[in-house]
Amino acid sequence: MQEKLKKYLRLERLPHIWCPGCGNGILLGAFVRAVGQLGLDQNNTVVVSGIGCSSRATGYLDFNTLHTTHGRALAFATGIKVARPEASVFVLMGDGDAAAIGGNHLIHAARRNIDITAIIFNNSIYGMTGGQYSPLTPQGSRATTAPHGLFERPFDLAELAKAAGATYVARATTYHTGLLTRLIKAGAGHKGFSLIEVITACPVSYGRRNRSGSAYDMLVWQKEHGVPVEKAAKMKPEEMRGKFLIGELHRAEAPEYTEAYERFTGELQRSFKGE
Amino acid sequence: MNEVLPLARLMQGNEAIAEGALAAGARFFAGYPITPSTEIAEILAEKLPLLGGRFIQMEDEIASMAAVIGASLAGIKSLTATSGPGFSLKQENIGFAVIAEIPCVVVNVQRYGPSTGIPTAPAQGDVMQARWGTHGDHPAIALCPASVQEAFTLTVQAFNLSEKFRTPVILLTDEVIGHLRERVVLPGPGELPVINRKKPPAGLKVYYPYRPDADGVPPMANFCEGYRYHVTGLVHDESGFPSTSPDVAERLMIRLNNKIMNNLDEIILTESFLTEDAEIAVIAYGAVSRSARRAVKEARAAGIKVGLFRPVTIWPFPEREVAELSGRVRALLVPEMNLGQLKLEVERSAGHGAKVAGLCKVNGELITPGEILEAIRQL
Repeated sequence: MQEKLKKYLRLERLPHIWCPGCGNGILLGAFVRAVGQLGLDQNNTVVVSGIGCSSRATGYLDFNTLHTTHGRALAFATGIKVARPEASVFVLMGDGDAAAIGGNHLIHAARRNIDITAIIFNNSIYGMTGGQYSPLTPQGSRATTAPHGLFERPFDLAELAKAAGATYVARATTYHTGLLTRLIKAGAGHKGFSLIEVITACPVSYGRRNRSGSAYDMLVWQKEHGVPVEKAAKMKPEEMRGKFLIGELHRAEAPEYTEAYERFTGELQRSFKGE
Repeated sequence: MNEVLPLARLMQGNEAIAEGALAAGARFFAGYPITPSTEIAEILAEKLPLLGGRFIQMEDEIASMAAVIGASLAGIKSLTATSGPGFSLKQENIGFAVIAEIPCVVVNVQRYGPSTGIPTAPAQGDVMQARWGTHGDHPAIALCPASVQEAFTLTVQAFNLSEKFRTPVILLTDEVIGHLRERVVLPGPGELPVINRKKPPAGLKVYYPYRPDADGVPPMANFCEGYRYHVTGLVHDESGFPSTSPDVAERLMIRLNNKIMNNLDEIILTESFLTEDAEIAVIAYGAVSRSARRAVKEARAAGIKVGLFRPVTIWPFPEREVAELSGRVRALLVPEMNLGQLKLEVERSAGHGAKVAGLCKVNGELITPGEILEAIRQL
């Protein structure tokens, strides 16, 4: 870790509680690098998380940090952003937080296009509760609540966010750390709702049960299965089978919620005063 | 906006709550429409933007409670309003506000339940939900207005208590008061005291967000005002960071309890009517207390020595006042629009004092003065 980035971490809270081989630390590192490169004012930055392994990240970050209830991080963050539009607001969530219990909040934050950067730690499993399946667990995977293999279909979270109105959607893995940092930076710089899905590994609760090999093997899997959008454009559909896109997946312009609110109420106030 | 309103107005209970919130300085509302609370959201949707405040209709009740907590933490006095089923949905996040000590106001305009029940009919079935709705062991403050005027003043009081004690406060009203129209005299600017959360002094080297002052309440820095700290629903020490230490857990729970229970004189409001020489006392709250007052007057006219005691604050329950009353009368009558929820508290507080009788009505209609008078005659 570069010396100048240490100020973004609560060093006295480290080492972290994540399992050996967990990708969350890589993601935390990328987040800190992105924030450092953006030079964000720590006092004016709020980081909100839900519940689960990923959501413990807020404890390690030296910002205004809020560790909320399961699935509700985006709703808490919406209150903060609406109350204080000048703040930079990040939400760190797991796949359960974002896609299951908090699915409704996700689609509505995207619909409002509120200027929040949501970073999803997608490890394909519920880690903290010991390995139950999530809406992002790949079909056929094993989980404690899918001991015979999962028959349900997973969400494509990026497509979901895009369809719901998010104006910046991207995906990276914890293998592609340079890309990951760039995407978080771009998402944070984007005015509107940004969603960055990060494929990360849970070697303990997912990998062991699914014979995915070591934490190293799981990173290699990410390297081999994540295909940059630029490269994928030149590939045949059969070559993409079983693989997934990484990079900037969607970018659009639309009015941002808090700015639109200010404009709207400003006009209202003027007309009310008869100006 | 209040300056331009006439001092006396005909107003609906829900409207008075909205006006009370504005008078208390609330500038953020997040909610989800539900009968019979909806007018509160509608009125604030109209007024907040004109006052530089913010209104947001969230995707559900849970999100509304979460957004209210977020906005309060960011420094704006915030409220939500709901009715029975919506109140149930908010409970988990109300618990979060309790442990994280985030001031906010939750209005519950009670309706007939459980479940969807009769959405437009009055009831008082959420008395225990207001006390024990969320999980864990925690104190609760709930205020129960009996008039439109009081819907206004108690909303201000709810904000004052929430800011002073850093806790969610519930305004527990009912469909009758919510939809009732009465003359209300609005106080002039500055007439009603408005309390704001105490802030830590500027320039502290280290700010401990959960280190209490002598009153048990820690000063609260708003997010983005210079002190960075961690807020969590986990048990936490004075620094705000999680802890599983038995000592830390016990100290936190006891402090959360004591900051309310050691300040009962400031929190508990009651009203007594003709109780001085009474042989029988009616204990009634909310809309039912209006019928009870009329019944007491009629009983007095018929020569029965009866009085009315009204808990305005129903949580914490005015145990001491009820115990004292029960030592002076031979019987206590508790009429309520449920099957006897507050009666349990009256029995507990009365101890071996007066006999306690209930008058329960659960058909979705208000208890009438005649019914209470009849019950008084039976005692």
